[in-house]
Amino acid sequence: MSRSALTAAQLGYYGCHACNLVAPVQPGRHDAVCVRCGHHLHLRKPDSVTRSWAFLIAGYILYVPANVLPIMHTSSLFGAQSDTIMSGVVYLWTSGSWHLALIVFIASILVPSAKLLAMTFLLLSVQRRSVWDPLQRTKMYRIVELVGRWSMLDIFVVAILVALVQLQSLATIEAGLGAVAFGAVVVLTMFAAMEFDPRLIWDPQGGRRG
Amino acid sequence: MDYSALIACHECDLLQRRVRLHGGAVARCRRCAAELYRDSPHGIERSLACTLAALLLFLIANAYPIVGLEVQGNRQEASLYDTVHTLWIQDRKDVALLIAVTTMVAPAIEIGLLLYLLFPLQLNRLAAGAVPILRFLDTVHPWSMMEVFVLGILVSLVKLEHLAHVEAGIALWAFGGLIPVLIAAANAFNSDEIWAKVSVLR
Ligand SMILES: [Zn+2]
Ligand SMILES: [Zn+2]
Ligand SMILES: [Zn+2]
Repeated sequence: MSRSALTAAQLGYYGCHACNLVAPVQPGRHDAVCVRCGHHLHLRKPDSVTRSWAFLIAGYILYVPANVLPIMHTSSLFGAQSDTIMSGVVYLWTSGSWHLALIVFIASILVPSAKLLAMTFLLLSVQRRSVWDPLQRTKMYRIVELVGRWSMLDIFVVAILVALVQLQSLATIEAGLGAVAFGAVVVLTMFAAMEFDPRLIWDPQGGRRG
Repeated sequence: MDYSALIACHECDLLQRRVRLHGGAVARCRRCAAELYRDSPHGIERSLACTLAALLLFLIANAYPIVGLEVQGNRQEASLYDTVHTLWIQDRKDVALLIAVTTMVAPAIEIGLLLYLLFPLQLNRLAAGAVPILRFLDTVHPWSMMEVFVLGILVSLVKLEHLAHVEAGIALWAFGGLIPVLIAAANAFNSDEIWAKVSVLR
C-alpha cells in the first residue's frame, strides 16, 4: 500500500533528537543547532551503524567468558563450588524453584543471546537497505530496548548473596570474573541499542507505508 | 511558518501534523505506531507528587537493610550500600561500580534533577540550566535499574532459603513500593509538554 506521505528528511526538515522540535535546515549545512534545546541537529544519529557494530562485536567477544567463567565462588565447610550462569539456573531448577529458574533463564541466557542476534539482524538489514517489513523490525528494536536491562538480574543476585554471606563463618561467596564479563555484555549491548537509529530501518521506504 | 505544529516521528521520521489531544489520549505515529506525544492532565503536578514519593522510598531503601540472614544464632543484614562495599573490598571494583551506578547514583541523580526542574515549573518558573538538564535526564534514565534490582532481591531470597532463615528488611518493602511509584512517575512525566513549556518560559 502506498500513500503520499513524506518523511522529515525528504522535505529538508530535521527532527531534533533531544527535544523533537522540527526545523528546516539548508542542504549541506552541518553546523545547525536546535533553536529550542541547543542540541546539534543531524538527520540520523552520527555514525550510528559503525558505533553500534563496535559495541555489539565487543559484546559478542565478552559473551564467551561471561558464560564460561564462573560468576560466583562459594566456599564453605562442606567444600568449594563455582557457579556459571547456566549452573545457577540448573541449581534453581533441580532445587524445585522451576519458576525462578525460568525467570533467571530468560533474563540471563535468553535475553542476552536474543539481543545480540536481533541487533546483528537489524544492523545487517539496515546496511543492505532492506525493505523487508520495517514495522516488524521496528517492533524488534523496541523489544530489544525494553528487555535489555533485565539481564542485570544475575549481577544483582550475585551482589546481594556476596554481601549477605560475607560475614558468616559458615561460608563465603565471591563474585567471579564471569560476573565482570557478564556485566560488560549487558552494558555493551545497551550501548549498541542506544547508538542504533531506528529511522534507518525506514529510510529505504521513502514515504511509503510498511 | 510555525514548525511547532509539525512533528517528525522519532522512530521512522514520518512528518505529521500535530492535533490537539484531550483526556489523557496518546498520539501515535500513523506509520510505525510509536508514541509521539500525549495529553497528560495535570502532568507536572502528578510527576512532582510521584517523584516526591519516589524520593522518600529511595531514602528508606538506602538507609535500611534489604534482607537479614540468620544462621546458628548469627544474624547478618545487608543494605544496598553493603552490596557495593563488599564487592569493592573483594576487589571486584568494576562490578561494585556497576551496581552503585545502576541502583544508587543514576536513581539519585534522576530523582534529584526531576525535583529541581518540576518544583519551579509547577510555579511557572524555569530552573537555571533546565534545558541541558532535560537532555541529560534522557541519558541517565536507562541506567537507573531499581525495578531489576527488586527482582534480584527476590531471586536471592529464594536461593538463600535453602541455606538459612531469611527475613525481609524494611528496605525491601520500600523497594517494592518504588516499582508502582516509578511506573506512575514515568506515565505522568510528559516530556513533550515540558519541552513546550520550557520554550514558552524562556
Ligand atoms: Zn542526536
Ligand atoms: Zn531540540
Ligand atoms: Zn513513526
